[in-house]
Amino acid sequence: MLKIENLHAEVDGKAILKGLSLKVPAGEVHAIMGPNGAGKSTLAHVLGGKPGYDVTQGSVEFRGSDLFDLEPHERAATGLFLGFQYPVEIPGVSNVQFLREALNSQRKYRGEEPLSGGEFLKLAKEKAGLLKMDMEMLKRQVNVGFSGGEKKRAEMVQMGILDPAFAVLDETDSGLDIDALRIVGEGINSIMRSPDNGVLLITHYQRLLDVVKPDKVSVLADGRIIRTGGADLALKLEEEGYDTVMADA
Amino acid sequence: MPEAKTLPSRRDEAWRYSDVDAAARLGASALDQWREISVPAGTTHHESLMIGGCDPELHRIRINLGDGARAEIFAANAGADFTRLEVEVTLGRAAHFEFGGVTIGGGDTVREFVTTTIHAEPEATSNQTVRSVHWDTATGNFLGEIKVARHAQKTDAAQDFKGLLLDAGASANAVPQLEIFADDVKCAHGATVGQLDEAARFYMAARGLSPADAQRLLVQAFIGDAFVELGEEAEREKLLSAALEKLEGRL
Repeated sequence: MLKIENLHAEVDGKAILKGLSLKVPAGEVHAIMGPNGAGKSTLAHVLGGKPGYDVTQGSVEFRGSDLFDLEPHERAATGLFLGFQYPVEIPGVSNVQFLREALNSQRKYRGEEPLSGGEFLKLAKEKAGLLKMDMEMLKRQVNVGFSGGEKKRAEMVQMGILDPAFAVLDETDSGLDIDALRIVGEGINSIMRSPDNGVLLITHYQRLLDVVKPDKVSVLADGRIIRTGGADLALKLEEEGYDTVMADA
Repeated sequence: MPEAKTLPSRRDEAWRYSDVDAAARLGASALDQWREISVPAGTTHHESLMIGGCDPELHRIRINLGDGARAEIFAANAGADFTRLEVEVTLGRAAHFEFGGVTIGGGDTVREFVTTTIHAEPEATSNQTVRSVHWDTATGNFLGEIKVARHAQKTDAAQDFKGLLLDAGASANAVPQLEIFADDVKCAHGATVGQLDEAARFYMAARGLSPADAQRLLVQAFIGDAFVELGEEAEREKLLSAALEKLEGRL
């Protein structure tokens, strides 16, 4: 579903990704762990198409298309969801308006009929309920005045409504307390766990992986994947630290 | 504001950022015409203006507010050529003046609001909110003069301007001018000019909104402030869509 080959990327002329290769087939939840500065967030930004990140070499194939042929909004419409480590506040735009327009833009791109206001509200209510988010929250402005935990929960509601084929979640667990972490983890399971979907889960901590239970875990260090294993690799990292695992690699 | 017996020049403070050549095309006679509105004590005058056809336009309104009277003026200033709305208000005791205006557009056009708010009696309040969105080499101006007479105690006057420039060549000018002779008054004014939030644009793209859709939503949110005090929803929608129409086809 997602095939990254020998990816090199720079920010401000500084090489961050240095030959990263990774395959995530449909039905797989693949966790990426790694020390600070390894390039985890850069990988997420490059996949999403954030301005300022230059791909200098390599390729990414997503659902049969060359990802770099698509503009960021086209990547979203093709089924890629990028969960933000720091979700952005948009004053003056309500969550309901934002998500309805986003969903209908995606549907238009795919040649589907737009959802009516009523149909959209029904869908939003169902997905918000799944994440135990009050509909009143969805009527508020996008992320404005939301706590760190509320922002991450809102990201999951967005993911539920947009129903992507593949999610790249960049440290969705940072800034969450234990209860919110469980809700977000169970949200990922209920929205994305399916033989047709894939997830790239970027995280620092084992706690989220206790809930989500990845199929594979890869260690990203110095811009490359240096080791891939099963869920037990994350436990080993938690016990022994990155240095030991990196020395083994 | 002095009445223009002759054509204005940019040396006049009230025409400093204006397009005096376009004003000249209107002719000196047009520059002397004022629409006078007298609002009796305790009553309300309300009007929405959609300004902007293909020719230069100048609108001058002079309002006299009786004690406890209220004037509400909302305007979308979106001409293809030079447009200027001038409002001069004199407030009686405990009267209120509400003004919400948007200038929006591209080209090399000047679109502007000029207000003179005269707090002549005590306890009157005024609130003015102007938003300017421009691209190409267009200019948006808000010249707002507030005068508070010596005995107009407990005056509460507020002015707020924000400019949003979509291209490097566009400009926005805010000139607040306060002339206060009373000593127990509140006069607040603020002015900022900025660009579209890049982080918000990428966030919106990542959720599937095209650059044009994202821009429209962000501009809509930005100019919405100017019409918040407009209670009538249908009227607010009409002004908003008149303003947003200008954006179509820009991206």
